[in-house]
Amino acid sequence: MRPVPAPGDPVVNAALATKLGLTAAEYRAIVRSLGRTPTYAELGMFSVMWSEHCSYKHSRRIIAMYPKKGPLVLQGPGENAGGVRLAPNLAVLLKVESHNHPSMVEPYQGAATGVGGILRDIFTMGARPIALMDSLRFGLPNDPKTRRIVTGVVAGIGGYGNCIGIPTVGGELEFSPSYKYNCLVNAMAVGVIDPKDLTRAKAAGAGNLVVYMGSMTGRDGIHGASLLASQGFTKKRKDEGGGISAVQVSDPFLGKLLMEASIELCTKHLLVGMQDMGAAGLTCSTIEMSAKGNSGMDVDLDRIPQRAAGMTPYEILLSESQERMFFVVEPRKWKAVRAVVRKYGIPFAVVGKVRSHKRVRLMHHGRLVVDIPPAVMADGVPLCPLPKPVRLAYPKAPPLRRRCDPQRDLLSMLADPSLGSKRPVWRQYDHMVRTNTAILPGSDAGVLRLKGTDFCIAITVDGPGRLVAAHPFIGGQLAMAEAARNVACAGGKVLAFTNGLNFPNPDRPGNLWQFREAVRGIALAARRLRTPVVSGNVSFYNEHQAAGIDPTPIIGMLGVLDGYPPVPQWFRREGDLVVLLGPGRVSLNASAYQAHFAGRFGGVPVAVDWKSELALHALLIEGAKRGLLSSAHDLADGGFLLGLAECCVSGADADVPMLGCGIDVREPAGAVAEFYFGEGPSRAIVSLPERALGDFRSVARGVTVTVLGRVGGDALRVRAGTRERVGVGIPRLADARERTLKRLFE
Amino acid sequence: MTSVEVTGRPVKFAVTVFPGSNCDHDAEHVIGTVLGQPVRSLWHSERTLHGADVVIVPGGFAHGDYLRTGAIARFSPVMKAVQAHAKAGKPVIGICNGFQILCEVGLLPGVLMRNLSLKFICEFLHVRVERTDTPFTSLCHPGQLIRMPIAHGEGRYTAHASTVAGLERRGQVVFRYCDARGEATPESNPNGSMNSIAGICNEARNVVGLMPHPERASEEFLTSADGRVMFESVVASLTR
Repeated sequence: MRPVPAPGDPVVNAALATKLGLTAAEYRAIVRSLGRTPTYAELGMFSVMWSEHCSYKHSRRIIAMYPKKGPLVLQGPGENAGGVRLAPNLAVLLKVESHNHPSMVEPYQGAATGVGGILRDIFTMGARPIALMDSLRFGLPNDPKTRRIVTGVVAGIGGYGNCIGIPTVGGELEFSPSYKYNCLVNAMAVGVIDPKDLTRAKAAGAGNLVVYMGSMTGRDGIHGASLLASQGFTKKRKDEGGGISAVQVSDPFLGKLLMEASIELCTKHLLVGMQDMGAAGLTCSTIEMSAKGNSGMDVDLDRIPQRAAGMTPYEILLSESQERMFFVVEPRKWKAVRAVVRKYGIPFAVVGKVRSHKRVRLMHHGRLVVDIPPAVMADGVPLCPLPKPVRLAYPKAPPLRRRCDPQRDLLSMLADPSLGSKRPVWRQYDHMVRTNTAILPGSDAGVLRLKGTDFCIAITVDGPGRLVAAHPFIGGQLAMAEAARNVACAGGKVLAFTNGLNFPNPDRPGNLWQFREAVRGIALAARRLRTPVVSGNVSFYNEHQAAGIDPTPIIGMLGVLDGYPPVPQWFRREGDLVVLLGPGRVSLNASAYQAHFAGRFGGVPVAVDWKSELALHALLIEGAKRGLLSSAHDLADGGFLLGLAECCVSGADADVPMLGCGIDVREPAGAVAEFYFGEGPSRAIVSLPERALGDFRSVARGVTVTVLGRVGGDALRVRAGTRERVGVGIPRLADARERTLKRLFE
Repeated sequence: MTSVEVTGRPVKFAVTVFPGSNCDHDAEHVIGTVLGQPVRSLWHSERTLHGADVVIVPGGFAHGDYLRTGAIARFSPVMKAVQAHAKAGKPVIGICNGFQILCEVGLLPGVLMRNLSLKFICEFLHVRVERTDTPFTSLCHPGQLIRMPIAHGEGRYTAHASTVAGLERRGQVVFRYCDARGEATPESNPNGSMNSIAGICNEARNVVGLMPHPERASEEFLTSADGRVMFESVVASLTR
């Protein structure tokens, strides 16, 4: 039997396929593989499944460079989320995902549904989410339109996360002209699970029931994955359905009910497989679950709960309405499943059955409207050719014709909203619910205890767009090194990472080269750090009228602390020694100092020397394990002086008292700005009691340990010889650091 | 992990769970693991408290708070049982959303309005214990400062001026927002609550509601353990 069009469906041809975002070659491949012209519904399904967002057709062969294996890996990329085992009965899952385009169009809902989607990815597998983090990028905040987007995104993240009761324990926020027309909203979720409860997205077992659970299907979000997420912004496209109707609307309360029901279903081992309906909605769930289970299914679309009257098969299949789940259950377990779903009062419907015919066959009003071999649609997309050796020029360092006054420059940089305190943002997020947050937001990494065990996990998100734009290969390595260093500062040993790769249009010359270089850098770093990738997401087309964003790979890093307390970044005890760690090679190339004072950036940043980097991590972890360290802070944006100032005042972010310090330095002649604000990897500032110094030195191998001075007093004082270079009261520092962002939200 | 020496009989706690409650696990953790007392969760459709001595109505977003906070939760069957428990003079505490629900069912007077800043606020602050004659503050000393967090968008305590005057006169204001020195100033009032009210009790003093989260400040590991005294107080008041 051949599938037939639904009444009112347009005529399917190559022109229509182009309008839906498919290329002529892709359309030909569809006709060839089906042996016939697809129906309109089938064409719509192909258009979303073969979109860049869902098919990774540009990136797939490039991200294959990542190491994916490791002795602890429980689940690698390709599922809703991936993760690693900490103990036989304990695993941690994590994933980062972008929601850039929707957030640009409708900031509140775009961000809220981004959080909802990433949480579903975790609990769909049966894991209980325990933390969120997000990485945000916006244009400069003096633009009223940007202010509207920033406040909307922050409210949306809080609105969803606070209501569903998962703490947002940290993240990062940066403003740069590069993101003016393309904000980045990347959310990471982390969950815990007993590996025996892990549920995958597969449909198997002929005769098993296919069940729909959650919100009704409406006309919202149609083509969210294809036309919105897989193209750049142009004026014309907004009017063609890529605009507001492609953004979905969140319901965090229903999300909470789905979370509790899903976890209960998985921990009771009642399901064969489960998948959430996110990007590409019902299309993705039916196709991917069948393809992964090497099976097929018959589904009656009339049984799908629908919000609007008269929805066509095309609309039902492409809707991206939020808070919907799809699962397969054996008939003998159905009663038990139904009891769980009913307990939470969630709408549900049995919509079809798993079949052995290895086709996805969908009925509508008694007619067969879709009949597709799932493997073709899931994996059959013609991959895009690998990049030609077109390389972009590395940006040159802009001239910096100014005299560096360390104190004045420090205060100026602290007032830069990218470098200042982010407290005005995260006090709008519940960051303590579930009572696991061991270090409140504001430190290098977020640390959570895992109740009932001796473990803490340290997590961070890091995406140094500036460094990757300056040199993608070195920048990719720096991104990983910094993320891992943040985890090590808290005392964590890295285990695995997830990543959100935010890049411009891959079809423009040079952009895919840039992407490949960055991925090559990340992959190399992952091997050096022995951290496999377990999940991730690629977001291309972050561009506006052919102007792309700075390429911004966001690294979500997971580390573990096995039975010892975590170390925060802020000074904690009067009289502690202030100690600089690292080899100390720095440069102003692509530094925050350069961007802040020159308004642009360039030059090749200092590359990672992996021997020094790994030696530093080992020392930080050993220092934490032996309880020698009071604080440890990684030196990144803003270099040595900004990092030192943060050690003094960032405790305020976590409501702990601030402490000054007094140190002596030897300034190299003629390189004052480099010395105070230059950036380079493998460096950190730690503080520790004097009696611990001997032990600390004895475990330091391959790391230069330089004692600079002492924690204490109510000011940050830096002397170079007899000259006091910096002498600023703590309140003034703290005020400079918090002022700008606070004003933005008032 | 520290736990209190259990002197008398164990005190049985129940934690109500509405669709959308999200601090229920935290309350159970403090009672069960930190205090070592028996605790069970009660789904909102339950009609009995299963012999609980103390009821905790935890924080969260019951029924999503899409309507006025607590407006739907008040009709849950379990709330009938909680009301009977309260009428019998037994201890009930509502935390955050739980406080809102207790106000909505009329066990406590007043209402929690949108924060003056119109924003959700999550941060540590200080409250001053005004009354030690409730089961949840019996181990405190008058004026004791408790450092614990708030996390709410709607926590501005509001009532008719005469109601607030009555609360003050009868000593029903149990907790007041204050600074680290114990002064209740406009700056130390995070949400614009009348008279800096952070928590109150009913006339019989057995029902207490507060916006701050003592369960998030009950272990040294979590920045502050100041809030634990409230749970220890109710155990002590029932076992002495």
